[in-house]
Amino acid sequence: MGEIVMGCLAPHPPHLVYADNPEQNEPVSEGGWETLRWGYQRLARKLKDVDYDAIVIFTPHWQTYIGTHFLGLPNFKSKSVDPIFPNLFRYNYDLTVDVELATAMRDAAADAGIVTKMMENPDFRVDYGTITSCHLLNPDWDKPIVTISSNRNRHYYSVEVMNEQATALGKACLKAIEESDKKVILVASHSLSHRHFVEEAPLPEDMSREHIYNHSQYVWDMKIVELMRDGKMQEVIDLMPEFTEQTMAETEGGGLTWLMAAMGYPDYSAEIYGYQSVIGTGNVIAAWDPNESTRELVL
Amino acid sequence: MSDEPVLFGFYVPPHPQPLLSPDGNDGYAQLRAAFDTARQRIEESDADIILVYSTTWPSIVGHQIQAHPEPEWTHVDDDFHFLGSMPYKFRMDVDFANGYKAAADARGLHARTVAYHGFPIDTGSVVALSLLNPDNRLPACIVSSNIYSNRAETLVLGKAARDTLVAQGKKAIVVVVSSLSNRMFTEHIEPSEDRIHSAKDEEWNQKILEFFADGRLEDISQLSRDIHGQMRVNKVVTYKPAWWMAATMGQHNNYDGEVMAYAALHGAGGAVIQLTPTAGSIGDKEFDEDDVEYYRGDRNVLDKGMLE
Repeated sequence: MGEIVMGCLAPHPPHLVYADNPEQNEPVSEGGWETLRWGYQRLARKLKDVDYDAIVIFTPHWQTYIGTHFLGLPNFKSKSVDPIFPNLFRYNYDLTVDVELATAMRDAAADAGIVTKMMENPDFRVDYGTITSCHLLNPDWDKPIVTISSNRNRHYYSVEVMNEQATALGKACLKAIEESDKKVILVASHSLSHRHFVEEAPLPEDMSREHIYNHSQYVWDMKIVELMRDGKMQEVIDLMPEFTEQTMAETEGGGLTWLMAAMGYPDYSAEIYGYQSVIGTGNVIAAWDPNESTRELVL
Repeated sequence: MSDEPVLFGFYVPPHPQPLLSPDGNDGYAQLRAAFDTARQRIEESDADIILVYSTTWPSIVGHQIQAHPEPEWTHVDDDFHFLGSMPYKFRMDVDFANGYKAAADARGLHARTVAYHGFPIDTGSVVALSLLNPDNRLPACIVSSNIYSNRAETLVLGKAARDTLVAQGKKAIVVVVSSLSNRMFTEHIEPSEDRIHSAKDEEWNQKILEFFADGRLEDISQLSRDIHGQMRVNKVVTYKPAWWMAATMGQHNNYDGEVMAYAALHGAGGAVIQLTPTAGSIGDKEFDEDDVEYYRGDRNVLDKGMLE
């Protein structure tokens, strides 16, 4: 029987890839955002010791309004240019997709009554949320991925409807994983509070300019992190409507709700790898390790 | 009206059906035919530039202006990828883009140009320029829609575009890429089943089309907040395209309006509309908020207390 071997909340500011200066990214930086980057590096080292077959990532930057879509071709190779920060992120990617698992998840979701679609256009450009989170978690790109789009229920209905549908999707994905005999890492790719500054420092990595957008965002973010530490993930999901509306949180896309539903709302402590603001938004790197013997107190 | 920097303007939908599947139903075909007529009118004009404001190009860091001289890529829509790919190669007016950025700065806005190979030009801009300017006869400029910006900022952004046209002595065709009602069906439907999502959306679309047909652009601009509340899915803070269009073309109701086509696009309201400056006017009938010339930032009452 397949299983989820790790769940990660993995924010995707392109700044972090920019700051790392990987060969795939064209712009060159002097660094920056070390708290998050060092946290990612530690989590990536841990994942190297985890036996898994694929990364399944739920991304808010593939926004769909007509159901939930899944990448449905075995390979995508192109250049991802961030539409918001093209000065920071122009990344040449070459990735493989576990189409069998993607199809199984799509079928399970469809069986659960969710509107779905496989994306099979070879010219499709994979979104920068997927690229950023996957690069930072697995810089070697030696595992196939499954990318799931973010259906924008919040825009059309409410955060409550988003919670319901992302929950149903999470449970469907779990069913597909269990029936697949594969070991899978699930990734929700997003920030917490998500109000940006609308101006950028002349040197984007100038850390003297970086801080959270306002104190309210910070207090909310810390509340969520505290609940993660305390293993109260059902409470986080219950708070999701208020948190999302109060902080313009990127949880609106459904990633964390999907992740928690698939993992059964862990009642054990999350591993916290770092928290830092990026152009005003609040970002925490967290992981849920179902294996008690390898679960760590990181920070 | 010969001194007008804008010869005429079009309001067009962002959806890819008129480009990729115009034969899907009669409505898509009518929209495509209207695009073709608009293209012909642009070709017959003596315009120097096509100036595009696209609601499907969101920005966060100020206002972004496309400044790559020949952006080239193959675009695929996030939702409608199954309709096919959209290869494009456009010709941009780099001098205008740089001038627009400077004019925006001069009016207190934060703006920047983008000129990167592979930059993801949005579906709406790709559809509009592919259909309206297929041979790149005219150079173009595309400006983004900042997700946080509100009325004052958007009006000033439009005025900066007009400043640039005047300063460079250029005549423009303005193209605003936006739906009317923008609620799509959330399930897959056959083109033959397409219709406006609800009776309410249809009623509001007809009201706004009536305003457009009467040439009442400033009145639509003044009604933007009502439009946002009544017929728009709240993806962003406000309905902005009429603000930008009015500020760029002229904040009045002195237009000849022509609704060239109107049809449902997966439930959303799509229309191709032409507005041409004219001497006649229906008069200014709607008034809600004052004009603004210079953007001074968000007025944060908690920080600043009473306004002086």
